[in-house]
Amino acid sequence: MTQKNDEEATQVPAEQSEAPQYENVLPDRMPRLSIKGEGKAEGGAVSKARLSKTHESRKTHKTLPKQQLEDVGLGLTGTCVALVALIVVALVFMVFQQGLTTFFSDGVDFGAFITGPHWIIEEGQFGALPLIVGSFSVTLLSMLFALPIALGSAIYVVEVQPGFGRHVFQPLVELLVGIPSVVYGLIGLYVVNSSMRALFGSAAGTGAGILSGAIVLAVMILPTVTTLSIDALAAVPNDYREGSYALGCTRWQTVWHVVLKSARPSIMTAVILGMTRAFGETLAVQFVIGNVEKSMPTSLLDPAATLTTALTSGLANATTGSVQYHALWSLGMLLLGMSLLFILIIHLIGRKGAKGND
Amino acid sequence: MTDTSAAAASTSAKPSVAILDVDLDEHARRIRKQDRIATIFLTVIVGFVLALLAALVIYILAQGLPEVLTPGFLTNSPLDRDNPGISYELFDSFYMLFVTLVISVPISLGAAIFLVEYAPENWVTSAASTAIETLSSLPSIVVGMFGSLFFVVYCGWGVSILSGAMALTMFNIPILVRVIQQALQDVPRVQRDASLAMGLTRWETTRSVLLPAAMPAIVTGIVISAGRVFGEAAALLFTSGAAPARLNFGSLDITSLRNPWNIFRQAETLAVHIYKLRMEPTPGNDAIAWGTAAVLIICVLLFNVGARMLGKHLAKKMTSE
Repeated sequence: MTQKNDEEATQVPAEQSEAPQYENVLPDRMPRLSIKGEGKAEGGAVSKARLSKTHESRKTHKTLPKQQLEDVGLGLTGTCVALVALIVVALVFMVFQQGLTTFFSDGVDFGAFITGPHWIIEEGQFGALPLIVGSFSVTLLSMLFALPIALGSAIYVVEVQPGFGRHVFQPLVELLVGIPSVVYGLIGLYVVNSSMRALFGSAAGTGAGILSGAIVLAVMILPTVTTLSIDALAAVPNDYREGSYALGCTRWQTVWHVVLKSARPSIMTAVILGMTRAFGETLAVQFVIGNVEKSMPTSLLDPAATLTTALTSGLANATTGSVQYHALWSLGMLLLGMSLLFILIIHLIGRKGAKGND
Repeated sequence: MTDTSAAAASTSAKPSVAILDVDLDEHARRIRKQDRIATIFLTVIVGFVLALLAALVIYILAQGLPEVLTPGFLTNSPLDRDNPGISYELFDSFYMLFVTLVISVPISLGAAIFLVEYAPENWVTSAASTAIETLSSLPSIVVGMFGSLFFVVYCGWGVSILSGAMALTMFNIPILVRVIQQALQDVPRVQRDASLAMGLTRWETTRSVLLPAAMPAIVTGIVISAGRVFGEAAALLFTSGAAPARLNFGSLDITSLRNPWNIFRQAETLAVHIYKLRMEPTPGNDAIAWGTAAVLIICVLLFNVGARMLGKHLAKKMTSE
């Protein structure tokens, strides 16, 4: 090829272009450095003719010099990334701006907002504690239900029956991810709530409550946690297992003492991601939790509300710019803050894991 | 976990080293029994998960199919007084999905190509990928809330299909970017190197070598993400509305709010319809909700199966050429 490295082309005077062209062929190994059309050099006419001959079949880019083409690619794709980043920044900025208005211009006390036990938006009582408690209790409970099942099936799929796991179990579990959350809510409303009534009698009331919400959420996050746990266990090097078997350990000993232990950081990540999903889930919870926002839930069978459900029911009636509207954005701000915190934790786990492997 | 393993290590070490007259056979029997119990336990768990999945799908279909098979359910308007159907919702769902994909696929494609092929290793790139990661873990109601202020009010698009599609795009982009990134990274290095060594630019390499090679995986990913978008409701409640527009399929005026193709009209998707029916309970609504749920599930299953088949078909076609 008689093409030249772009950077060197600017240094080499045009008169000397014939000789350095051959020199430039070898050092030009780095693919990232862009390659320029040969228009500037004197030998350009020859190579241009040659180039157009080789590219005869590909008429699309013939008119564009290479550097320009590369700039087009970089510009187009860079714009896409910038657009995505910009919209995320806009979202975070806007949620915080609107959410903080409650405390800075509407005069609601932040401490009272976080610790107040009554959320009665029509009367201007903005105590988000029942919602925060609701959100955290359904999230933690659902993880408590989902984790043993997810981890158990992941162990089975990776350690006991890998073939069945890859070809049957995993595709089926991915189907569970596809079931929309309103449908989970509908099933929860019919199945879980009535089972609650059947199990606990009058103590369960209508059957709506934190426990029902947690059960529905557990089913919803099960595929996420399972898939990520499978990945975590599969990533454990086989040497570890073979070492353990060579020492005479049984499969269960190997799983318990070796595989699970070395996969712990990734399993933690799976847990956090599952909790992120549970924390932010809206409609499925809304259907089954009972949506009682005004006071603190006293038991798991009490109807309650979460940050997300209070947002959904409130936003339909709040007028833009009112205190109520801003208070709802403050709830959104709490939700956003929690998801940012979850991401931070995942990053910290990842960094610690990377350090541990060194 | 550390404590139990340390304890187990010490007990298992003792018989062999310290006290040799301990019954090793007994120990072997014990751990083998433990192993068997664990295996049975794991099998039960997997059986439970599979049974749960089967029960869910069968339950939805059993509740919903009778309604779906009622004449007129799929073709009648939801505003029909005597025999309301879900024809508008079906149309709106697919149209919304189409608009969403038209917006989100090019952006995700560009972003993924940038991150895989061009991204310099600096803070800008890591900030961008963190932003995409953040997007993927945002609660959908927060996205909907943002959309209801940004797209609906600030951009002036009103409660419309476009606003809804933009909210869904935010929801869809992280999924798509991850799938496309993975697909591009899975293209063998040799192909990329060979193309670059021939003097093609990165852009040409991406367009003519990498994208065709990654296409089967990308298409599969797009269809699967479409299934997720199809069932999303929380992000749409406040961006595209929770009431069906009174559609006129004969309308030729694209600016009319009754024209089905107008992206500035309100729309109600299937998932939102279910939510709406639950929140305004009137007799007969439950049957419609279950019917809608069954239609939704069938669509999502079809997307899922279709994605796999399409991916396989494309892969075969690409490799045989």
